Amino acid sequence: MQYLMSVIDDTGNLATPEEDASINVFNDRLQAEGHWVFAGGLGSPDAATVIDNRGGEAIVTDGPFVETKEYLAGFWIIEAPDLDVALTLAAEGSKACNRKIEVRPFL
Amino acid sequence: MRDPAVDVRAAIIRAHHEEWARLVAALTRRFGDLDIAEEAVAEAFAAAVERWPADGPPPNPGAWLTITANRKAIDRIRRENKRDDKQKQAQMGYDDGPPEPLGAIEDERLRLVFICCHPALAMDARVALTLRMVGGLTVPEIARAFLVQATTMERRITRAKAKIKAARIPYRVPSADDLPARVSGVLAVLFLVFNEGYLAGSPDADPLRHDLTTEAIRLTRLIRALLPHDGEVAGLLALMLLIEARRPARVSADGELVSLDEQDRAVWDPELIAEGHRLVRERLAAAAAGAAPGRYQILAAINAVHTSARDIRDTDWSQVRALYDQLVAVDPSPVIALNRAVAVAELDGPQAALADIEHLEDDLTGYHAYHAARADLLRRLGRAEESRAAYDRAIELAGNTAESASLTRRRDQLG
Repeated sequence: MQYLMSVIDDTGNLATPEEDASINVFNDRLQAEGHWVFAGGLGSPDAATVIDNRGGEAIVTDGPFVETKEYLAGFWIIEAPDLDVALTLAAEGSKACNRKIEVRPFL
Repeated sequence: MRDPAVDVRAAIIRAHHEEWARLVAALTRRFGDLDIAEEAVAEAFAAAVERWPADGPPPNPGAWLTITANRKAIDRIRRENKRDDKQKQAQMGYDDGPPEPLGAIEDERLRLVFICCHPALAMDARVALTLRMVGGLTVPEIARAFLVQATTMERRITRAKAKIKAARIPYRVPSADDLPARVSGVLAVLFLVFNEGYLAGSPDADPLRHDLTTEAIRLTRLIRALLPHDGEVAGLLALMLLIEARRPARVSADGELVSLDEQDRAVWDPELIAEGHRLVRERLAAAAAGAAPGRYQILAAINAVHTSARDIRDTDWSQVRALYDQLVAVDPSPVIALNRAVAVAELDGPQAALADIEHLEDDLTGYHAYHAARADLLRRLGRAEESRAAYDRAIELAGNTAESASLTRRRDQLG
């Protein structure tokens, strides 16, 4: 079973060196224990572009698809047998990156 | 002569109480799906209601219901023609033998309780799911008790079941590390159910809200049987019993809420009190042996002091205050500090108690009990005008008619 762990940020700041260091420790652990699938940090919502090609002509819009105070700053995709394991990992991930985390199952 | 129809109805009610949770738990285990389990068990009871009056109750109702519910579940799975669903096929092939003997699956119900009270579910979803899956209440019953539309309640339960499935919330008893936190989550659900039934207490509220206190006690007894060594489970059960024991005295004939100091203690239920006191003594012995009591155990002990006094004047207030001091250390909430002040007023007088609660104003300004307590202290100090204003505020904020009737009378007695 795979889960998406979304990192929710409202600070507008990049991770500090300390946060980066503890994220690396957490990532190593995910890999060592076989939970690691993929992870990445994202550029700020200001760098986002929305494209809509449903109508035949691709319409390009500057900025994120929705303006919110809280935004997605990064994510992990993990492999876990059930939600309890995923929540335990998310709790550690939240501590490591010092941000809130949303856990959501893949279909 | 006994009426056989009455006997059959009694047999069905008894089987419902004794077997519902066990059946839902066993079928969830076997078919890996709460939804299938719930529906199959409900259908098995519907079949009992149809067949037992004609055939008579079977010699072993639990076995009859187990076989019937298993058949209903298999029927549904076949009906849905889920032959492509390899997982279900595997489970059916794996466990298609005769039903397990009923005693051997005792802790299945514990899994069921933990999945219904999982912290990833919203509190109202946990309450609804627990009452449905473990308590066996119908969706319209639960909806009535919580004063929402049946369709709203149905959606809440459906959504919770869907989340359990989609997010794969596991069907198991938590590990030893997680157990205390998870048990305390279960107890919070049960106490919320109890309070929902208890706090309404008004004569125009649906009588089922009284059934909620009974149901909460029944479910807490079940948890107690499943986790006999957990002190907080014993504490919560004792607390509920000692509060429930006073119910006959809580509302007067004309529908007014009667406070503890004015209750007719002769109508308190002696059996519930005796059982509650037994549990409290058991926990006091454990505490003497070094087990630190949690908040439910301390609250139960406070209620044990109150229910030990034949008259309000016999109340051991220094004991009450000492217990509140312990409680504040475990749970430093303003509501607890407010309740502690009641004991302080008895020991050190209303002036001291008033000084203790004044600083709670910011936190409790929207809480009727704060203003009611303050009004009472001001009245005892002869500060009638301020007391009247505090009663007015309390009445404005009070949630139900029985409570506001009592507050109005006290205010009008100020003269």
